[in-house]
Amino acid sequence: MSSLCVRQLQYLHCGPIDLQIEAGEIVGLYGVSGSGKSRLLRALADLDEHQGEVLLNGASQQSMSAPQWRSQVGLLSAETFWWLDEVASHFQQFDQAQAMQLGLPEDIGDWPVSRLSSGENQRLGLMRLLENRPEVLLLDEPTANLDPQSTDAFERFVVDYVQQQSACAIWVSHDPQQLKRTAHRCYQIENGMLAGNGECS
Amino acid sequence: MLISLSSFDLILAAILVLLLGMLGWAMRLGITRSLYIAALRTTVQLLLIGLVLKALFTSTQLWFVLLISLVMISVAGWEILSRQKRKLRGWWGFGVSTGSLFVSSFLITLLCLLVVIEADPWYHPQYAIPLLGMLLGNTMNGIALGMDRLTQTAWQQRPVIEQRLMLGQSSQQAIADIRSESMRAGMIPIINSMAAAGLVSLPGMMTGQILAGAPPVEAVKYQILIMFMISAGTGFGVIAVLWLISRRLFDERDRLSFKRLLKKS
Repeated sequence: MSSLCVRQLQYLHCGPIDLQIEAGEIVGLYGVSGSGKSRLLRALADLDEHQGEVLLNGASQQSMSAPQWRSQVGLLSAETFWWLDEVASHFQQFDQAQAMQLGLPEDIGDWPVSRLSSGENQRLGLMRLLENRPEVLLLDEPTANLDPQSTDAFERFVVDYVQQQSACAIWVSHDPQQLKRTAHRCYQIENGMLAGNGECS
Repeated sequence: MLISLSSFDLILAAILVLLLGMLGWAMRLGITRSLYIAALRTTVQLLLIGLVLKALFTSTQLWFVLLISLVMISVAGWEILSRQKRKLRGWWGFGVSTGSLFVSSFLITLLCLLVVIEADPWYHPQYAIPLLGMLLGNTMNGIALGMDRLTQTAWQQRPVIEQRLMLGQSSQQAIADIRSESMRAGMIPIINSMAAAGLVSLPGMMTGQILAGAPPVEAVKYQILIMFMISAGTGFGVIAVLWLISRRLFDERDRLSFKRLLKKS
C-alpha cells in the first residue's frame, strides 16, 4: 500500500502545489509545454531543488537518503539513456517474458543499445525502472514516441503494475484520451499551479 | 667533465626558434606570438631560478627553501587551473589543484629527501628544489588532464548521470565510469614515458646529467627514482583531484550541481 502526499511544494517559479495520491491510484497531468510538468516530476524525485514537503507513506523525503527515495519514487523521463553497451547489462536480471508482454522482440536483451528505436528505448526504460519495484511511478510523457499498438501495451502494463503492487502514479501526457483510459483523476498545470476539479475529459 | 655552454651556443638555438616563429607568421599559423612569449618566459624564468638557486646553495636556510616551494606549488596550481575549460567556482578550483599538488609533489619530495637522499641538512636546496620542480612539472600534467576530462565529460553526459540517479544510484556510483575514465586520461602520459624510457626516449633529466658529465649508471638510478616518484605522485594527485571534484559536482541530496562550475573559458 503506497500513498504519496505533496504539501506546499514550490520549485523555480511554480507552486505551491498540494496533492494527495492513494494506493492504486493514477493521477493524470496535462498542460502546455513549459508549464512546469517535467519540473514537478523532477522535484518529486528530488532531482531538482524545491521547498515544501513530499511524503511517501507518511515518511518525508528528507528522512531518507536521496538514492533510497529515488528507488521508491521512480521517474521515467521522456527520453531514456543507457551507459553500457548491451541492453541486458543494465538489468539485474533481464525478464524476457516481460519484454514480450510489452511487445518487444524476444532477443532484445542481447542487442547493443545503439540499435534501439526510441519506442523500444522507452519500453525498456520502463522495465528497468520497475526492477526497483518503486511504490510511486512518475511518468513524463512516456508514450510520446510509441505507435498506437505499443502505447496500448505500455498503458496496460503500467495500470496492471499499479493495481497489483498497490502502487500509485502520476502520468503526464498531452493526449486527453490516454489520461481518460489510465488516470482516475486529472489536473491541468497552469501558471505553475494545479487547476481543475479532477475530472478527466 | 662539464662542457660549459657559451652565449653563442644559446643564441644559435634561439635563432631556430626565431626562424620557426617567422615561418609560422608567413604561413598564418597563429602560433608565433605564443611561441615567442613562451620562449621569452622560459629564458627569463630559468635565468631567475638560476640566480635564486645560486643564492640558495650558499645559504641553506629551511624557511627560504619552504618559501620557494610554496611559490612553485602555487604557480603550478594556477597553471593547472588555467588549462581547465570548466573550473570549479570560487576558491575551490585553486584549492583543489594546489591541494592535490601538495599531495603529489610536496609530500613525495619530502619522503624522498628524508628517507632516500638523506643529504645534510635534509632540506639542502641542491636536492630539494630540483626534485620538487621535477615532480611538480610532471604531475601537474596528469592532474590537469584528469581534472579537465572529469568536468568536461560530466558536463556532456549530464543526461546519463541523471538517468542513473533516477534509478536510485548514489552520486558516486553514477559518476564512477567517468571517474575511472578520467583517471586513465591523467595517467597515460607517465605510463607512456615509463614504458618508452630507454627504448624510444632518453628521459630529459638523465640526458642532462650525462651531458653534464655524470656516470651513466648513476644517472640511470636517479632517473628510475624520479620516474617512480612521478608516477606515484601523479597517481595520488589525480585520485585526490577526482575524489574532491566528483564530490563537489553533487549536492548533499545527490543532485548534479553544475552551478558550482564556471562557464566555458
